[in-house]
Amino acid sequence: MLIVENVYKSFVTAQGSLPVLRGVDLQLSTGSSLALMGESGSGKSTLLHLIAGLERVDSGRILVDGQPLQGRREAELARWRREGIGLVFQQYNLIGSLDVAANLSFQARLAGRHDQAWIGHLAERLGLASLLARYPEQLSGGQQQRVAIGRALAARPALLLADEPTGNLDEASSAAVLDLLLELVSETGSSLLMVTHSARLASRLGRTLYLRQGRIQPGEA
Amino acid sequence: MAMLRISLLALLSHWRRHPLQLFSILTGLWLATALWTGVQALNSQARADYARASALLAGPAQAQLVARRGERFEQAAYVQLRRSGWPVSPVLEGRLRFAGAEPLSVRLLGIEPLTLPPGTVVAGQPGGASDLRAFIGPPGQAWIAADTLQRLGLQPGERALTSDGQRLPPLQVHTQLAPGVIVVDIGHAQALLQAPGQLSRLLLPADFAVRPPDLPAALAELLQLQPSSAGDDLQRLTDSFHLNLSALGLLAFLVGLFIVHAAIGLALEQRRGLLRTLRACGVSLRGLIGALAVELGLLALLGGLAGVACGYLLASLLLDDVAASLRGLYGAEVAGQLSLSPQWWLSGIAMSLFGALLAGGNSLWRAAQLPLLALALPQAWRAAQSRWLRRQALLAGVLLLLAAGCWRFGDSLLAAFAMLAALLLAAALLLPALLDATLAVLARHSRGPLAEWFVADSRQQLPALALALMALLLALAASVGVGSMTEGFRQTFVGWLDQRLSADLYLTPRDTAQALEISAWLAGRPGVEAVLPNWRVDMRLQGWPVQLQGIVDHPSYRRHWPLLEQRADAWTQLAAGQGAMLSEQLARRLKLGLGDRLPLPGAEGEQHLSVVGLYADYGNPRGHLLVSADWLRRHWSEARLSNLSLRLQPAQVAALKEQLEQRYGLDATRLIEQATLKRWSTAVFERTFAATAALNSLTLLVAGVALFISLLTLGHSRLGQLAPLWALGVGRTRLAWLSLGQTLLLASLTVLLAMPLGVLLAWCLVAVVNVQAFGWRLPLHVFPGQLLQLALLGLLTSLLAAAGPLWQLARRQPADLLRQFADER
Repeated sequence: MLIVENVYKSFVTAQGSLPVLRGVDLQLSTGSSLALMGESGSGKSTLLHLIAGLERVDSGRILVDGQPLQGRREAELARWRREGIGLVFQQYNLIGSLDVAANLSFQARLAGRHDQAWIGHLAERLGLASLLARYPEQLSGGQQQRVAIGRALAARPALLLADEPTGNLDEASSAAVLDLLLELVSETGSSLLMVTHSARLASRLGRTLYLRQGRIQPGEA
Repeated sequence: MAMLRISLLALLSHWRRHPLQLFSILTGLWLATALWTGVQALNSQARADYARASALLAGPAQAQLVARRGERFEQAAYVQLRRSGWPVSPVLEGRLRFAGAEPLSVRLLGIEPLTLPPGTVVAGQPGGASDLRAFIGPPGQAWIAADTLQRLGLQPGERALTSDGQRLPPLQVHTQLAPGVIVVDIGHAQALLQAPGQLSRLLLPADFAVRPPDLPAALAELLQLQPSSAGDDLQRLTDSFHLNLSALGLLAFLVGLFIVHAAIGLALEQRRGLLRTLRACGVSLRGLIGALAVELGLLALLGGLAGVACGYLLASLLLDDVAASLRGLYGAEVAGQLSLSPQWWLSGIAMSLFGALLAGGNSLWRAAQLPLLALALPQAWRAAQSRWLRRQALLAGVLLLLAAGCWRFGDSLLAAFAMLAALLLAAALLLPALLDATLAVLARHSRGPLAEWFVADSRQQLPALALALMALLLALAASVGVGSMTEGFRQTFVGWLDQRLSADLYLTPRDTAQALEISAWLAGRPGVEAVLPNWRVDMRLQGWPVQLQGIVDHPSYRRHWPLLEQRADAWTQLAAGQGAMLSEQLARRLKLGLGDRLPLPGAEGEQHLSVVGLYADYGNPRGHLLVSADWLRRHWSEARLSNLSLRLQPAQVAALKEQLEQRYGLDATRLIEQATLKRWSTAVFERTFAATAALNSLTLLVAGVALFISLLTLGHSRLGQLAPLWALGVGRTRLAWLSLGQTLLLASLTVLLAMPLGVLLAWCLVAVVNVQAFGWRLPLHVFPGQLLQLALLGLLTSLLAAAGPLWQLARRQPADLLRQFADER
């Protein structure tokens, strides 16, 4: 169970403090999915980064299964990212020096939850079985995104955070990738929090929230 | 023109955003040029001084008559030749000693200005231009260089006092005169050198010497005609020393260029976008390459100017050591101050431009060839690198064959250095391939995701770090090689000195008469165990200056004169006047071995002796020959008793020394205790290698800077590679440690390869280069402690080079890492 309570976050810029999140509240129960929509700069990605422990909140609380993220040391946050969540980025962020097979299994092995059969299954499902020996730069954008999804799900995380996972893909590829993502999330039983600009993709998820000027639209938390 | 200016301004704007890269390129060019020009400054100063020394009596007097045997001949020969119509002019040469805090030995040149061949230049001035009356005296004049005057601690017009208590004519400074030389009238010279009626040579105008009449029969036995060669001797003797310095300077220059190459290559990668935009805006390829070339030229000019200025400074700092080495080893005088020609400054700048072209030419070519629209793809780069690695390995194989060929068939110093250069270059070219292969093996054996990433990522970094690692390999191998050679030489030299300098006191008499008198006096003294006279004749064998030393038969030679090779009855044959022993370098030069017959030009025709022994004679650039004293005096009546080695009871040394000083007026330059002589010899040795050690350390420093700059410039792109790992749960501190581990892994492998390469280099130096340069071969010593020390120094250099960039990484804010997820890569 993920609970975000009254979270504030601002960044220091040359022009002064820039508030990005101004008291965000949301909840995501285990096994459910949530789409987060909003204009560019509305704070969607920042909220995702805060939940992933990539950034720290200025005030407010983020609770995971009742345990707060704030106050944790960097090593504990790293462990949270390693073992608690799966992350999918718009830019894929694969490790260029490792081949597809190593990229797929990387996080699961870091988390100590390596299951070769499951990874083989993921590779089959994601259409990557014939590409395992290739390096990321030898793949198309869609293929790279599928590797990123496989990597994120390989450790069967309790929570999958996806930041515009199909932002770089055409419409047909986006739909296909999302189909796969939803199917695999359902197989693993993970919760899914996805940032997207597309109302059509958002409609495929259980719930949708809108973030405007750093706040969840009233009545939509 | 406008296009070039606009393109250039756009290109230069890159450096405002990347000042570190600009600093790297300028630092590389600055260091490379500084080290190269510094060495060249030392060499050109020394060569200019040799030229001045050899041009003391320059001009038409290009030929001379010299004694067939020995160093001097009677003045009567000169008188007889003048009467026969020969336009000869007499010269007497010798050395004067001056006592003082630092005893000084100066070459004295006595000339007869009235008979000098017309047009002869004396000390840079026409012979007739000076006030001859004042020169001939009384009291006469002693011409001296400002530098030598300073070393004597005297002022112009003062009269120097020799250690024999003789006063020179008033000193007059001549700026064109070579250092370490005093020119006086021949009459004064004969008095000062205690050689009344003696001459060293007779100068002849070259046109007369082309077809000279036959010498009178009596004189033909005494004299022979030969071209002037004193300067050539010095040049030949010191060539190897200067070549060694040049080789070290060139190595440092190349290592510095590695920095430039790495930084320029990175700037090209980062400016692909800019180049693409410029092309899209209508700048022609030619215009673009022209702008890049102009930019490179500007950088080279800036770096070159700084480099030449620092080179001058470096040379000034090292000049004292180099001058002391040249004086100690070769008796060559080099001024203590630099005075360099404008050509030297210009050639330094030209070298910087050449270096920049060499280091940046590849980038210019790539800019012209590569599709600029393609994005940088690390794995594709690595794939392209694999092809390069294969080509490099092939080239390295060819170079190794070349090195083997030079070793097997080469018979010159140039071939020896070509072998060294080929070997080092081959090793440097092979390094990336060897590292890649080692990492491939490690990759197969690594377990765990981070271990796999660690090795895979190290392989991916390899192309960017290869040049810096090559620089580290070369610098370390040079340090190991030269260090092992120097340390081995030191041990051999000290052991050899301990054996060879076994007498308690060494006495250099004023002349043979004094030596005989002292011998007779010592014979009856209590505490004197043995007086060993050394008779000496100087001659030339196959054009090479050789000292012929005659010794008496005494057991101490058998005990203390270390031989490299000998026949069973070597000392007996020598004592019987049937055998001779040769210094190693002379034997090599004359191509003689044990049992061979050695022809020597004696008074009654050629004498032959059998070679019965070979010995080391380190530090002596001239040939040395050991024969029986009786045999020598029988065949060379002019042989002089040059010194006495005294074996004394330890308790009597101080007392006897004092008595000798008082009774015969011998000063510290003529009476030296064993310990003092050893200390002096060791000091000369240390100073000889001081410049080498300094250049070595600087080269290692440059390699460290190369690695530092490569890692620093890699820093930004590394962030993009490390950020995903951080996002996946690897902490920043751990990432910093892993990155440090990667640098240390690559550096350790390089250091590991540098050690055997350095030992191989040491072998090349002692067994090939030394033999060609000096004529002696040293045993190869490997010092594990020294290797460990240098290995640690190499790792420490790498650690320091990696520390800065890693510190930056460890201090990165999460926001910087997050930005990697938002930026277009």
